[in-house]
Amino acid sequence: MPDETPSEETTPEETTEEQVEAEQAVAETDEAAAADLAREDADTTAAEPTEEQVAPEPLSETEQQILDRLEQELGDAVIESASIFGTLVVRVQPDAWRRAAEVSRNALECDYLSFVAGIDWQPAPREGGEGGESSAPVQPTEMTFGAAGSAGRFQVFAYVQSTSRNWGVTLKTDVDEAAPLVQSWVPVYPGADWHERECWEMFGVAFGGHPSLRHIYLPSEFEGHPLRKDFPLLAREVKPWPGLVDVEPMPGDDTPAEGEGAGTEAEGGEEA
Amino acid sequence: MTTTNRPPMEVDPRIYRHLADAQVNVELDTGDMILNLGPQHPATHGTLRLVVRLDGERVVAADPVIGYMHRGYEKLTEVRSYPQITTLINRIDWLSSFANEVPFIHGAEQLMGVEAPPRAQYIRTILTELSRIATFLLFLGEMGLQVGALTPAFYGFRDREHVLNLIEAATGGRFHPNFNRIGGLKDDLPWGWVAETRNTMKVVLDGCNDFDDLVARNEIFEARTKGIGIIPGDVGAGYGVSGSNLRASGVDWDLRRDGKPYLAYPELDFKVWTHPDGDSFARYWVRLQETREAARMVVQMLDQLPSGPIMAKVPRIIKVPAGETWVETENPLGQMGYYVVSKGAIGPFRVKIRSASFSNVSILPWLLRGVYVPDVITILASLYFILGDIDR
Repeated sequence: MPDETPSEETTPEETTEEQVEAEQAVAETDEAAAADLAREDADTTAAEPTEEQVAPEPLSETEQQILDRLEQELGDAVIESASIFGTLVVRVQPDAWRRAAEVSRNALECDYLSFVAGIDWQPAPREGGEGGESSAPVQPTEMTFGAAGSAGRFQVFAYVQSTSRNWGVTLKTDVDEAAPLVQSWVPVYPGADWHERECWEMFGVAFGGHPSLRHIYLPSEFEGHPLRKDFPLLAREVKPWPGLVDVEPMPGDDTPAEGEGAGTEAEGGEEA
Repeated sequence: MTTTNRPPMEVDPRIYRHLADAQVNVELDTGDMILNLGPQHPATHGTLRLVVRLDGERVVAADPVIGYMHRGYEKLTEVRSYPQITTLINRIDWLSSFANEVPFIHGAEQLMGVEAPPRAQYIRTILTELSRIATFLLFLGEMGLQVGALTPAFYGFRDREHVLNLIEAATGGRFHPNFNRIGGLKDDLPWGWVAETRNTMKVVLDGCNDFDDLVARNEIFEARTKGIGIIPGDVGAGYGVSGSNLRASGVDWDLRRDGKPYLAYPELDFKVWTHPDGDSFARYWVRLQETREAARMVVQMLDQLPSGPIMAKVPRIIKVPAGETWVETENPLGQMGYYVVSKGAIGPFRVKIRSASFSNVSILPWLLRGVYVPDVITILASLYFILGDIDR
């Protein structure tokens, strides 16, 4: 086909030039970044981007409308709100969790339940204590919370959408770590059934009023809650994260990769 | 039924005695029967187990048992870096792997403030639509198989092969392309691919006509699917049923058009197909139309394909700033979304994977109540789920 030839021919060249430029442009920062990746420095570098991202996104008109409606219906139960890339996140009091679902379904016309899920904000413990071996890409060691904040370690969040108005809202609520229990959404959204079973199984958060809270993925005799951060991933205990240590030298490369920092560099280079 | 003590002439008296026994047993014993469908059953496309309680031929209660393929991807994402995760999520919905990668990569790009160049966006969109065609062609064939028609399955596999060849030519992988990079794509399209794709889209459109004539207008197929397994739109939405399944219930909602703008969809002109009935036939019909629409969209995109780079400038080591984002896309099976929470490291802190089939199948206990056993199979087939997409 003659009409496609120009674009087909020019693009690869442009791309390679572009890539070379990009490589050069980032080469300097790259070394710094690679050095940062060494595990010793991980804590300080991890905190770096957090400081950059300080300015909260302003709410769009629709988001403000949704928030106003929620505040009007729920009153003081709305604790905090934020906008993340065009999605409104609203944190509500735990005792208003089901009421929030009812308001979403009726007042906001959110007839569609996307998901209900949990999150554990506590950082995963490092093997061998502070500064020890980590089995995961290194995360900051202090507990920080996401959009709209959190009162403690566990949170349950859900996303509901309106098929007629084309809007949606993420609702979050705090879960008491000592007695993890929130109200079930099943009476409002029947689809919450399986999602809540999954959340109960993975995080140990119970849902009051759920018709049958039982295992969904795991065998019924399974003990523990796998998605909690303190639940060890056995595969990683046996074989550490490949990005950290498992690096083979390139063919013709006489000097073997020394230490984990150099290893990560090679790994990152491959992917770019 | 009246019973007489005198056997008919032609029946052996012993057989008649057995028949009489059987009849008495049926009349006396009305207890429920538990029937296990699966975990290995041809109609379930993998290892879904369905425990149904039967009263005669009617389903009293159905309980899907899932988790036979649970691989714990949400946990595994926490111990991997962003570029490594695309390998995992390729295996969620393995029939349209490319479409799985897009929302996750898009989420990481959002957090990093990177945007893929227009050409990369177009190629992503083309490959997503090709995945949709490949997925639906298999469905269009296999749905015939579930009602006893063998031929459409071969047609489906035949046409899908052409599409898979295109995906393989562009990405190097037939099922698991792993082609998306944060900031763009691994490679540009190979030479001659555009012309080849145009030809294949003609083949696909022809194939769709075959399915229309052979299956959708087939009297037996209509009898087996029309009025069977009706999902009302509001019930489906409450259960989180999405994609073609929801559009077949008359809900005019497609994230490609109605969601947050992503890929090249805002620049495309396409129709969202809906069907008011919500039965198994409607789900077949909607997917048939969507396959045609996708083929037309691919041709439209090939006409508009911009030139330029396929990668944005990204650092060699991907570090995603702290933050969280929710990205959803309209995948072949329905709404696919990732809620990515980053704490500024090279790997995510938590990824919630919202897969379409999980919610689509969660409606089964409601949907199967009161239907006949043979219809269970057609309803399962018409919902069209992938086990990897349920179990993650």
